[in-house]
Amino acid sequence: MEMTQKLEERINEWRAYLDQHRAIQSVDAEELEDHLRSQVKTLGEVGLDDDEAFFVAVKRLGDLDSLSKEFAREYSERLWKQLVVSPGGDEAASDAKRNAIVAVGLAIAAGISIKVPELFGYNLEEPDDSLNFYIRNFSFFVLPFLAGYFAWKRGLGKVNRMWLAVPFVIAALVMNLLPAGGEGHTVMLAAIHIPIALWLTVGFAYTNGHWRNHDQRMNYVRFSGECFIYYTLIALGGGVLVMSMMFIFNSIGLNAEEFAESWVLPCGVVGAVLISSWLVEAKQSIIENLAPVLTRLFTPLFTVLLLAFLGTIILTGSSINIEREALIGFDLLLVLVLGLLLYSISVRDPHTPPGVFDVLQFLLVVSALVVDMLALWAITDRISEFGFSPNKVAALGENLILLVNLGWSAVLYGRFLMKRSAFTPVERWQTSYIPVYAAWAWFVVLLFPIIFNFQ
Amino acid sequence: MDIGKDLVAASATPLVMAILSEGSSYGYAINKRVGELSGGEIQWMDGMLYPLLHRLERNGYVEATWGKSETGRRRKYYRLTDQGREELAHQQRQWQVVDSALRGIWCTSINLVLQGN
Repeated sequence: MEMTQKLEERINEWRAYLDQHRAIQSVDAEELEDHLRSQVKTLGEVGLDDDEAFFVAVKRLGDLDSLSKEFAREYSERLWKQLVVSPGGDEAASDAKRNAIVAVGLAIAAGISIKVPELFGYNLEEPDDSLNFYIRNFSFFVLPFLAGYFAWKRGLGKVNRMWLAVPFVIAALVMNLLPAGGEGHTVMLAAIHIPIALWLTVGFAYTNGHWRNHDQRMNYVRFSGECFIYYTLIALGGGVLVMSMMFIFNSIGLNAEEFAESWVLPCGVVGAVLISSWLVEAKQSIIENLAPVLTRLFTPLFTVLLLAFLGTIILTGSSINIEREALIGFDLLLVLVLGLLLYSISVRDPHTPPGVFDVLQFLLVVSALVVDMLALWAITDRISEFGFSPNKVAALGENLILLVNLGWSAVLYGRFLMKRSAFTPVERWQTSYIPVYAAWAWFVVLLFPIIFNFQ
Repeated sequence: MDIGKDLVAASATPLVMAILSEGSSYGYAINKRVGELSGGEIQWMDGMLYPLLHRLERNGYVEATWGKSETGRRRKYYRLTDQGREELAHQQRQWQVVDSALRGIWCTSINLVLQGN
């Protein structure tokens, strides 16, 4: 039976309406349309006229709002766009406004908080040693505000709020009570690891306490990646702003450098974290187009970098020089690779079959794995020669954690590429592994000082 | 008879997978088969089937391919994978346990009711 012109129009109208639901993507809409057409056809065959058949078919398909909610539940990555479930119209607008006010307010509060200790004689420009108040406490001018923002935004329950506060209180106590014995290595390590530990704590607020849920964890990973990109953009803009400021004031004979260094920079650095976190959710559509493009751009570049590095090592036979800076550099590089991997996994549509990009991703994982092994080898070599030190053990632990993650990722990715399993295990592995980072970060903060006798 | 929402939701997965174990199929036909099998008693909003199918796909239990319908439009077909077969067998065992437990208790309680009278 041919569909009549009028019926065809109706179906097209319905389809256009369906396409407005962001949780239902165009391929899904196509599938639903096929269903609708089959239904209309069957109903037509049993004697209903076009209008009747169309209405019955539409009704049986279910009302589109609850349908798109159901789709959104399956595709939490779409749910998180919060477009289907967020109320439309005025209410949404006033919500957005309230979010903006709270976020900007908290950003200002964070900016002020970083200046408060100066009233008590602490100075931002103190030397970078373990006694520096700001080095020990840097996280506390940002992350409590961020945790507060999400606790407010998600409407975190009273009990959960208390749980959220506990790690912050412990962290604040430890960071300020740690004695700086010897060269203060353990204090510096704690200062590096506390932001990681607390960032993951913020995840507890972000997921509204549902941190065990893997989809929620993935959402937080995605959020972290996008927040990082927004932050970098804001930082670039901020740099241009500061330079312009110094330039124009210089032209009238005023030196604005000190103002920039002691006010604009520190307040901007902490405030921008809140602004970018707010923007990630408020201006979702911008970042969700931009971030995957950047990932696609940098995954091949990092793969080439690592492969070129490995190639050079093989050709020249040189080994990794494991000075302190090199250690940190390697860890940063591997963490960056891991971040890239995590983020691209988080935005990948698990339904699409393996493609060229997945092969690249696999290459990246394998080359990072080899580089990690080389670094590990160099570290153990160094340890067996000079004995244990907090820095070396921290590096050893981190590289081992990365080794396990990358190794198993490579296996899972390989299986996926050979079409022996779905993509979900790759995703699951990453989200299951997140608590390991948290545990390690807390371990370094809380137990390293004791183990190494506050060196 | 109205079958409760939770029960429908719980049985939908094994039902759909069992239908796909008969051979590959597409959404509309699956829904029709559910209707036939249950004499029209098990019903859900037609559209709800699709998020379910997509979840099965994400978990690797079914595989989807785009084919053609009789009118030449694109149509998405679903096929049960080996992993899906394993999962179905697993769920089958669970349902059998539930089923036999219910049968057991219902036999005794019917006897009690009869004796009480």
